[in-house]
Amino acid sequence: MSSRQAPAEEAVQPPALTIDALGKKCPIPIIMLAERINEVPLNAVVSVLADDPAAFTDVPAWCRLKSHRHVASHELPEGGWAIHVRRNY
Amino acid sequence: MAYFDAASTEPLHPRAREALVAALDAGWADPARLYGPARRARMLLEQAREEIAEVLGARPDEVSFTASGTQAVHLGVLGALAGRRRAGRRLVVSAVEHSSVLHAAGVHERDGGEVAPVGVGRTGMVDPAEFGAAVAAEGTALACLQSANHEVGTVQPVAEAAEACAAAGVPLLVDAAQTAGRLPVPAGWSVLTASAHKWGGPAGVGVLAVRKGTRWRSPLPEDDRERRRVPGFENVPAVVAAAAALRAMAAESAREGERLSALVDRIRSEVPRLVPDVEVIGDPVARVPHIVTFSCLYVEGEALLTELDRAGFAVSSGSSCTASTLRPSHVLEAMGVLTHGNVRVSLPRGASAADVDRFLALLPETVRRIREEAGVRS
Repeated sequence: MSSRQAPAEEAVQPPALTIDALGKKCPIPIIMLAERINEVPLNAVVSVLADDPAAFTDVPAWCRLKSHRHVASHELPEGGWAIHVRRNY
Repeated sequence: MAYFDAASTEPLHPRAREALVAALDAGWADPARLYGPARRARMLLEQAREEIAEVLGARPDEVSFTASGTQAVHLGVLGALAGRRRAGRRLVVSAVEHSSVLHAAGVHERDGGEVAPVGVGRTGMVDPAEFGAAVAAEGTALACLQSANHEVGTVQPVAEAAEACAAAGVPLLVDAAQTAGRLPVPAGWSVLTASAHKWGGPAGVGVLAVRKGTRWRSPLPEDDRERRRVPGFENVPAVVAAAAALRAMAAESAREGERLSALVDRIRSEVPRLVPDVEVIGDPVARVPHIVTFSCLYVEGEALLTELDRAGFAVSSGSSCTASTLRPSHVLEAMGVLTHGNVRVSLPRGASAADVDRFLALLPETVRRIREEAGVRS
């Protein structure tokens, strides 16, 4: 399971909000993301920290269903990922 | 209880029950021996073989019976690889094959072989061109492609894959577990596997067909049974029942498949209309008649299955919380679709429109309640 990288100009945008969902099972990381994405300004990035393997697939799938943008998923040294999502609307 | 889990196992067909009871009395003896009861058992076994071969589009001498569909796949994959060892050690599989194929591939890999998975698109279908390119690579010993996916019902382009395999001189193993008895078997296979309990036969009977001219060597210690392909005493009564079920299912399949497919279409169109934040997954057109899968955002699959069970519906899920491995379904992962809140509805023969309507009436409130308990604001 490798990390999905997006174009460099997007990958460098620092997250405006980090949601710590480490240790939480899906769908909880998605529920937390849906609840809080509107806290950041339009086009800002939310980073979801998650280590449930389902989140790796489900956060990008949520973005597709909800018309937000999955920017990239970075592997964390301690396991899990920082999954970056850009608020589109 | 409305049983909507035919993709796990189809209830025993009435024809199979009758045949099983009769064959328990008539077919108990050792079919390899040379006395009256043995000859009778052998005759029953060979007649069942002919009937099953005919429905599956094989010759009787190409068909062997195994203890399960999983064993048929294990023997099919490992035996074809062993037979092609001199040609190479590369095994091509679609990323959404049944776990029995992937586990056999794992054995091959641990044994020093190479496994090349071919990805799928959003609907779970392999791209024939991509599959063909993977098969054409140097040293490919075997390719595996399911007739249809067991979790989302998408039918795979087996005929095109078979053409690519034939052009490259690579044998193709087709796992037809989800379609045998329901859809015609696609042409072009070199090894075909199936499972009787998926078509309304009893458990304990798998089919391994090896096309004449395909190199195959048993990965297990051999004995004289089943043309040296499958060791162990044949379960003649169960094989006879499996043949009766397959003939009956195949004969009914055109009409019953159409009826079930209309119910599946109804679920496919109604669920997103009735339940907010739902994704119906799998190909809407190139699909088996009886399977429909959808995922509900913000819902734990296990909670949904438990609630549906309480309401009298038996369904299955590919969500990780319902799997023994605690990993999401490799099929849903490969498709890039939601893995949580997943429900697979697979309609058995005779599933009633009234039960489907009851399911559709109950689902929206069930999902709403689970979301509310999880603190999801709608």
